[in-house]
Amino acid sequence: MGGSTENSAFKKTHNPWALGRTPGGSSGGAAACVAGLMAPLSIGTDTGGSIRQPASFCGVTGMKPTYGRVSRYGLVAFASSLDQAGPLAKTAEDVALLLEAVAGHDPCDSTSANVPTPSYTASVRQPLQGLRLGIAREHFGDGLDGEVDASVREAIKVFESQGATVRELSLPHSKYAIATYYIIAPCEASSNLARYDGVHYGYRTDEKAMLAELAEERKVLEGAGDRAKLEALDTSLVRMYRKTRSEGFGAEVKRRIMLGSYALSAGYYDAYYVKALKVRRLIREDYDAAFKDVDLIIGPTTATPAFKLGEMNEDPLAMYLQDLYTVSANLAGIAAISVPCGISKSGLPIGLQLQAPPFEEERLLRAAHMFQQATDWHTKRPN
Amino acid sequence: MNDKPYEIIIGLEVHVQLQTQSKLFCRCSTTYGQAPNTQTCPVCIGMPGALPVMNRRAYELALRTAVALNLDIPEFTKWDRKNYFYPDLPKGYQISQFDLPMSQNGWLEISDAKGAFEPKRVRITRAHLEDDAGKSMHDEAAGKSDSRIDLNRTGTPLLEIVSEPDLRSPQEAKAYLTELRLLLTYLGVSDCNMQEGSLRVDGNINLHIDTPDGKVATPIAEVKNMNSFRAVERAMAYEAERQYEVWCEKKIKLGDKPGGHKTTRGWDDGQQVTVKQREKEESSDYRYFPDPDLLPVIVTAEQVEQVRADLGELPAAMRTRLESTYGIDPYDSDVLVNQGRELVAYYEELATASGDGRRASNWVQQDVLRTLNEQQATIADFVISAASLADLLKAIQAGDVDNTRAKDVFEEMLRSGSSASDAMAKLGIEKVDASEAESLCRELLEANPQVVEDLKAGKMKAVGSLIGQAKQRNPNVNPGEFKDMCLKIVEIM
Repeated sequence: MGGSTENSAFKKTHNPWALGRTPGGSSGGAAACVAGLMAPLSIGTDTGGSIRQPASFCGVTGMKPTYGRVSRYGLVAFASSLDQAGPLAKTAEDVALLLEAVAGHDPCDSTSANVPTPSYTASVRQPLQGLRLGIAREHFGDGLDGEVDASVREAIKVFESQGATVRELSLPHSKYAIATYYIIAPCEASSNLARYDGVHYGYRTDEKAMLAELAEERKVLEGAGDRAKLEALDTSLVRMYRKTRSEGFGAEVKRRIMLGSYALSAGYYDAYYVKALKVRRLIREDYDAAFKDVDLIIGPTTATPAFKLGEMNEDPLAMYLQDLYTVSANLAGIAAISVPCGISKSGLPIGLQLQAPPFEEERLLRAAHMFQQATDWHTKRPN
Repeated sequence: MNDKPYEIIIGLEVHVQLQTQSKLFCRCSTTYGQAPNTQTCPVCIGMPGALPVMNRRAYELALRTAVALNLDIPEFTKWDRKNYFYPDLPKGYQISQFDLPMSQNGWLEISDAKGAFEPKRVRITRAHLEDDAGKSMHDEAAGKSDSRIDLNRTGTPLLEIVSEPDLRSPQEAKAYLTELRLLLTYLGVSDCNMQEGSLRVDGNINLHIDTPDGKVATPIAEVKNMNSFRAVERAMAYEAERQYEVWCEKKIKLGDKPGGHKTTRGWDDGQQVTVKQREKEESSDYRYFPDPDLLPVIVTAEQVEQVRADLGELPAAMRTRLESTYGIDPYDSDVLVNQGRELVAYYEELATASGDGRRASNWVQQDVLRTLNEQQATIADFVISAASLADLLKAIQAGDVDNTRAKDVFEEMLRSGSSASDAMAKLGIEKVDASEAESLCRELLEANPQVVEDLKAGKMKAVGSLIGQAKQRNPNVNPGEFKDMCLKIVEIM
């Protein structure tokens, strides 16, 4: 979880463009291995931007398909209503290749959409005629890095030179997207992660040590004759849960479990979870309205290029804002792609995000390919 | 009903295991009694990445039950997660239905054939689907960590049927369960086997006590671990008395602090008492929320009507029809219908073929059911067909055989599987010729002047000794006809 791979249960990943910087996250490894030429294709999962932000930070092309386009069966669930697996590759053509292989209905995933999968490889090279692009005012506000802003505006001009028209529009509820996401995702995560309790799957605390610890506590309390505390002492089962989960999860995961458990608690459910669902609906309606007038929405993938590893360790909220431009696509369930569109003065890749209505991955890929025909950002490699 | 100064208030929660081939959200078999943890898959043991897919058949069975229980079926219903930690719950949550259950606001009519209470409609709050947990066998209290868990049952489809607190006595509680089980059996949705856990009952009970200051309610107890309907009846009776004693002693009302909150108690069948369970396990916040892995279920009005049309005749309607068609009493129709559809079909064939519904009812209730009981068999295995038994009943009606000897014929038919006429022939039973019977009658009257005198004096019982003698002379003598004949001759004399 999180936008840097620093919360990984294993190790953190370094950005091939600058080893002191993050590749983005959470699918930072998937992006870094494509950027570092370790693999031609990779699969990531995107719950709030976890494919697109790393793609942007690592200078590769990465797509979050429409919710339901790719089966979630076998994917370790974080937030089930937002999770979506998708491809990362150097080019839109390669993304098309992998998406065509993994997309399609799966009867083992009830949320998998039963819609035909077009042949992306057959269509990706066909340019889009009369493409109508929308620029969301909200994607160019405070906090957007000047170099990112300039690169994205340059990219828009490239599309205009290919015959696209551009209009400004508003996604008025996008300012609530981060808050909404950080209610819904932790709520679902708190429940999805309950199965890691040490009973059936995965890590369990050292039982002998746990039982000895409990026996010692009991002895002390009995010695002191503290009946109230004795009564309240954990059973071995509860202690096993407590220690297993305390030891097995990292700080960020625990933070989200606590956030989610709190928001779902009796008395808070309506104020947080139910309200978040309502806002989520409004965010989707913003997109539905916008896509009446435009074919794609174009903007930055992230506000800045890759930040330094460790830079946000003490500031989880700043880390959460990494998802500012990406998270709405997950809440709305629509498709989005990040393509390289520049290199900062400090030599870091900059990403352009294109968002499309549900199940219009083909349109995203054709537009991304058009852009990659006219530019060479996707061919740049780290030294 | 009761002479105590209180009214008993009972509501029941019944969990019914639906009779499906596979579990509610995966393809694992639901067969009972297999080796532990052999009927599991990544979905039902909650492996990461596994996802649930709803069992359509389970939903159909639930819908069938809900319609039969007169419940409203909303068009839109969804699945919710009920989150709690327990070793027999591998996902860390149960998939259930919380605020939008698949059905609500229904009723079930109960009555007592012997009139122990007035017939009444017990309101049903809701019925919803959920997946079952596994089974754990452990000794946590002793601080031992030796727990064993069997996940074969995990994910089995359960229908939870919640009644309103409309039951007013342990007898009514038992009657509700009996009628509910019968209905479920008629619907073919569950085998309702309590020993195998296919039907589980929790009872919520408290008292409304008359006091000089008006009625007061005692704290509600939820009673668990009741393994038979008899146990439910006894547990409710015990709990009512216990609550009254506690009231007399402590005067704690529902909602009082401290002590007025709902408690959970377990029925101890060996000791015949309810025992308070640990408080810790009661106060859970289940953090319900819609399960994002599953889609809402949409049920159209047309689908509901189709289910209603396919229900078949249900027990209440069947009782009424048997009474009006065959002229039997509510008590008899109750006994017959409670035995299930197959026995009723047998009875109906017998009643129609013999032309005597009451006689058919008596024979089925006494001889047929007694035999089935003795043989531990069902009507499907019964040797004597309804048509054959009808022949015997017709022979009785025709006076070819009396009731006592008919029992012998029945036994012979049972033993040899022969027809009624063959069995009668084998036993040498044939109708005694009228003139032969009359001469025997005259002969015996002449030999027994005292009997004739008694009869003339109105002592009708005296004829009994003549019947006895007649039967000794010829076992085929029909006692009823012989008696009539004697009286007629005496009158003429």
